[in-house]
Amino acid sequence: MPKLTLKDLQKKREEVKKSVILREGGDYKAKVTVHMGTCGIAAGARKIMDSLLAEVEKFDARDVLVTTSGCAGLCSREPMATVELVGKAPVKYVDLDAEKMKKIFEEHVQGGNIVTEYALAYGSEKTSY
Amino acid sequence: MASYRLNIMICAGTGCVSNRAFQIREAFDKEIRKNSLEKEVLTVMTGCNGFCAAGPIVIVQPEGIFYQKLTVKDIPFLVEEHFLKGRPVKKFMYTPPKETEPIPKMNDISFFQKQVLIALRNKGIIDPEAIDDYIARDGYAALSKILSKMKPQDVIAEIKKSGLRGRGGGGFPTGLKWELARKAEGEQKYVICNADEGDPGAFMDRSIVEADPHTILEGMTIGAYAIGASKGFVYVRSEYPLAVERMHNAIAQSKEYGLLGDNILESGFNFDVDVIQGAGVFVCGEETSMIASIEGKIGEPKPRPPYPVEKGLWGSPTNINNVETWANVPAIILRGSDWFSKIGTKTSKGTKVFSVAGKIKDAGLVEVPMGLTLGEIIYDVAGGIHSDKKFKAVLIGGPSGGCLPADCLGLPVDYESLTKAGAMMGSGGLVVADEDNCMVEMARYFLNFTKDESCGKCTPCREGNAAMLDILTRITQGEGTMEDLDLLEDLAHAIKDTALCGLGNTAPNPVLTTLRYFRDEYIAHIKDKKCPAHECRQLNTYTIDEERCVSEGHGCDVCRRNCAYDAIMGEKGKAHRINQDKCAKCGVCYEVCKFAAVKVD
Ligand SMILES: Cc1cc2nc3c(=O)[nH]c(=O)nc-3n(C[C@H](O)[C@H](O)[C@H](O)COP(=O)(O)O)c2cc1C
Repeated sequence: MPKLTLKDLQKKREEVKKSVILREGGDYKAKVTVHMGTCGIAAGARKIMDSLLAEVEKFDARDVLVTTSGCAGLCSREPMATVELVGKAPVKYVDLDAEKMKKIFEEHVQGGNIVTEYALAYGSEKTSY
Repeated sequence: MASYRLNIMICAGTGCVSNRAFQIREAFDKEIRKNSLEKEVLTVMTGCNGFCAAGPIVIVQPEGIFYQKLTVKDIPFLVEEHFLKGRPVKKFMYTPPKETEPIPKMNDISFFQKQVLIALRNKGIIDPEAIDDYIARDGYAALSKILSKMKPQDVIAEIKKSGLRGRGGGGFPTGLKWELARKAEGEQKYVICNADEGDPGAFMDRSIVEADPHTILEGMTIGAYAIGASKGFVYVRSEYPLAVERMHNAIAQSKEYGLLGDNILESGFNFDVDVIQGAGVFVCGEETSMIASIEGKIGEPKPRPPYPVEKGLWGSPTNINNVETWANVPAIILRGSDWFSKIGTKTSKGTKVFSVAGKIKDAGLVEVPMGLTLGEIIYDVAGGIHSDKKFKAVLIGGPSGGCLPADCLGLPVDYESLTKAGAMMGSGGLVVADEDNCMVEMARYFLNFTKDESCGKCTPCREGNAAMLDILTRITQGEGTMEDLDLLEDLAHAIKDTALCGLGNTAPNPVLTTLRYFRDEYIAHIKDKKCPAHECRQLNTYTIDEERCVSEGHGCDVCRRNCAYDAIMGEKGKAHRINQDKCAKCGVCYEVCKFAAVKVD
């Protein structure tokens, strides 16, 4: 590998920065929880997670925390996800697929507008850990 | 680059490695694959987390969940519950003593709350074997800054202004040392990183090298630029194989990136570093001995002056700094001397890393702002005394330091306060003693260490320390006299004043401080022939409370069966008794009696 110049080093730093950002415990503007109970996984929660992570990657959204949780008790409406913007009540989305997740990410997580057509209820559950 | 949603930070400091951290990682990776999480969850081996008492340690980021004392068989459950289903597992979390609810997040655990991280700023966040992780955390940004914007003199001025002082023990102002090295005449100049760390019970420097080798290399490169050196050495003892390996690895990566070698970052500046493995000799931590050792000579000290900054390695100006000193440098350059000098006290700026060991609950590695009191470190950070016994003393500064009593717990840790109390900052070893530790024995133990480690070159250290050790040994055996105490003091002062190097100059410190603060314990050994802590067994008398032996233990006979000297009389169901003529005072009966019927006096 060729020796770095000052500029290369700076470029390199920007490239690799996001690999450690997750470990620094910084501030998050949003948390998205994918429900990964047995029911959720059976209904396709995995695909929801893949789609969500692809979106995070696409928008380089370092300030979005992606987590999982167990069964939310509404097995018939899986796959589900909960979006919680900092300081706002959590919003639960049901009957998801990869495309819906993408839309939710772009409109709600990034844009701040709840996608009411997929939403089940507001503030029904705190997903604190 | 893939986006992971969880990073599993597995502590790979030496303590956790010996608690099977690598096997735990394998188990994690296996379970992660089994649950098809390999695209979502990344495992990372990190440097020492510091909370060694809770090892092996795993932190799950970004939530910051702290798991402790994990075993390989815990992993399948943990992966499924937490990583897949998002339910952090309480039973693997840390619960403070006397409480019932565990604390999920690392930053809420008191051990971590009073810490301020500068030298250890990357611990637990980066993989010490990955230069990109270091770069991502602004690594080598300080080097970029000086090479593009600062003259060597500016760098020295900045370090001087920060107030940084040497972390290797003496507390010499770092900027001033660099200035002397810069001004010294010589074509070739050298920098050395002192990672010898010979103090028993100390492991801060090892942990820094293991956790973040690049910060040391960056610091050394900045120092070399400032003084005009083109070659550096990291002197590590070979008992630190992991540190040696990680340093070698870091040097190779830096060379590949052009951050070491010729024409660094196209600045025209050349600097190269080699690792020298020491043979684990305490005196080789002393700078002139270290220089002799690197030159391939016997590791013995030389009189100073001339100081290494004038005439060091192969007669050339040489700047030696401690590991932690170097680790502070990039942070100071990047964030500025004003930021740094706001932390700490008037004369002692910044933070200090301590390894806290001995009779302490939360043994481990901590970095705290200068000026925190000894009591705050021992009780608030490190959880207090093991088994809630009574605190007796803290030995600060290793075998060159002093034993300070409870009255000194309010003492702030800064260079001046500790010296005034008869101890010294030293390189950061803190060994805590409780009521079961005998202070005479403690002094004897450390003097025995320095006597063994004395290189023998100068008479005061070679003969004087041996003579002091003889006296101390006699006292612990109940054969001392009151005159011995005066003799000890005379010898101690003579050695301090006349020994050739710091090893001899400081070796009497544990004796002097215990004489100053725990004189009554010496007197008890001499006059009453008793060891108040019962640690000097030859002075103990063991007896059996016969009533208790029967009422509580029903004459269980365990003591008699365990006595190697046939000194205990009795039979099962009946009271037992010790024949004092036969008793060898080994103390086994006292230890095996479950009914507290054996008494020691
Ligand atoms: C017997 C003896 C042992 C020493 N051991 C160490 C050591 O292990 N690590 C260290 O950094 N300094 C040690 N020193 C201090 C060094 O001589 C030297 O002062 C120090 O490395 C300078 O670095 P600093 O200014 O950054 O503290 C020792 C000194 C003596 C007298």
